[in-house]
Amino acid sequence: MLQPYIPILIQFVIVAALGGIIIGASAFVGRKPRTREKLSPYECGSLPVGDSRGRFSISFYLVGMLFILFDVEAVFLYPWAVVYKELKWLGFIEMFVYILILLAGFLYVWKKGALDWTR
Amino acid sequence: MTSVGSADFIRILPELVLSGFALLVMMLEPVTPAGKKTVLGWVSVVGVILAGLAAAAIAFFPGSAFSASISNDGYSVYLIELLLLIALLTLLGSMAYLERDAIDHGEYYALILMATAGGAFMVASTELIMVFIGLEISSISTYILAGYKRGELQSNESSVKYFLLGSFATAFFLYGIAFVYGLTGTTNLDVIRETLVNSPSSANPQLLWLAVILMFVGLAFKVSTAPFQIWTPDVYQGAPAPVTAYLSTAPKAAAFAVLVRLLIGSFGHVASAGPLIFWLLWISAVLTMCLGNLAALWQSNVKRLLAYSSIAHAGYILVGVTAGGAEGTSSVLFYLGGYALMNVGAFILVAHLAGADERRTDVEDFTGLAADRPGMAACLTVFMLSLAGFPSTVGFFAKFYVFRAAMHAHLTGLTVIALLNSVVSVYYYLRLVVAMYMGEGKTQVNEASIPRALGFAIAVSLIGIFFLGLFPSGLLSDLTSLHVPWL
Repeated sequence: MLQPYIPILIQFVIVAALGGIIIGASAFVGRKPRTREKLSPYECGSLPVGDSRGRFSISFYLVGMLFILFDVEAVFLYPWAVVYKELKWLGFIEMFVYILILLAGFLYVWKKGALDWTR
Repeated sequence: MTSVGSADFIRILPELVLSGFALLVMMLEPVTPAGKKTVLGWVSVVGVILAGLAAAAIAFFPGSAFSASISNDGYSVYLIELLLLIALLTLLGSMAYLERDAIDHGEYYALILMATAGGAFMVASTELIMVFIGLEISSISTYILAGYKRGELQSNESSVKYFLLGSFATAFFLYGIAFVYGLTGTTNLDVIRETLVNSPSSANPQLLWLAVILMFVGLAFKVSTAPFQIWTPDVYQGAPAPVTAYLSTAPKAAAFAVLVRLLIGSFGHVASAGPLIFWLLWISAVLTMCLGNLAALWQSNVKRLLAYSSIAHAGYILVGVTAGGAEGTSSVLFYLGGYALMNVGAFILVAHLAGADERRTDVEDFTGLAADRPGMAACLTVFMLSLAGFPSTVGFFAKFYVFRAAMHAHLTGLTVIALLNSVVSVYYYLRLVVAMYMGEGKTQVNEASIPRALGFAIAVSLIGIFFLGLFPSGLLSDLTSLHVPWL
């Protein structure tokens, strides 16, 4: 029953082996000069200026979450756009209600002050 | 493509009303001035009552909706009405509580409405994907509700535990659905049953067992049956008491409805899965009853005690599910109704008696309550006696019907274990009663007299307990003659 999947299993094994060999070989064979420059974090060629674990406003998280929410909801508009003509009025009304609910969520977020950066 | 018509929308009218009111409450929340959020509670009460009327109306439009993913039958209408009753009692019991503990958020009410809408979708759906969506809607709302006291560590712990284990359980359920889809090529319960019954050789029995076990595990988490009950006491203790009233009844009723529809309605008809389902239910029922009752004996906290008692009750309900058939199903439905009345009543009364910030929830704190507050002590006594299953309360007939169904299904061993368990349970229920009446009142209960809405909710549950305890045959014969599609 699972026989057709054997090539995939073989591929998994080869991928794991190849990755292991390449990383292992460079770890064993390669030279490892432990100079100050080699051990500093890689920052696209520019010098690091400080620790990355700084404090920043919690509003970033809030806005980030809200962005994801509305972004994902917008994804559902694409399938509708594809079958827009076949769905006719029913689809139109359904999507209208859907967007109304989105709008309600947006108004709620707005009125709650989640978008107010200075708060 | 199957067309969607107005009949489809009529058949989910209660869910639509609930969702609409939940949205309305969310929209009204920011514009309601602080300190006046109780108004939103009343808006939600109106929503629940309208949804109840809608559910009564759709009973006249039986049939399936949305390409057979929703089944509007007697079974689902009864359970939707039950969920709405639980929501109504919880809302009435919550308003004074939220005012007292200064939880000034209207979203609480909206979340209760959404959880109820999700539960209503669960009990009405005959499509596994739809069940899953309903489960998620109801679970996510209740995860938030459990952690509603943000300043309290216990409430946060409750929410996180419920969330982690709940999502874990949902993953099991989803994995089971995936196997069923792999075996039958459909997620519709009726088609699954037909496929498996008509061509039993098409499905690999081991994979079918795996699917059944995975789905059972997922639902067993939700109804807190052993060995998946570990989360229950912590979650029920940490959550605000009115939320616990809701958590211990509504999601349980909805998950039991799915369990019965799934295991008895669909997979129970499949010859190769029959014995597996039977033994799963049998073992889980015995473990649940014994663990719940034995652990409850040692509890000193009332909320924890009631949490273990709710585990034990899930065990009794499983006895009815194990019995199966028409009699088992109607006894389970009866039990869910009676259990909801007494458990919601007990928890909202405890919420009131516990005082500001729920500081007095130990059994010791209830010592001598009868001298200070004879009325409240009497009400709590009735709830305890009903939970213990004393005659003339609904708890007695709920157990009686379940055990009778088990006897008629020749489950003598299981019935004996269940009877012994309910004898043991009398001890810890009466312990609270004894403390209230016999003990010296060393802690003064200075709680204000019962708020009107809470008093009404408690009165409704008391009337229900006594009415069904004295005249149970009316509801039972209604439930027996319900149109349950798989019988």
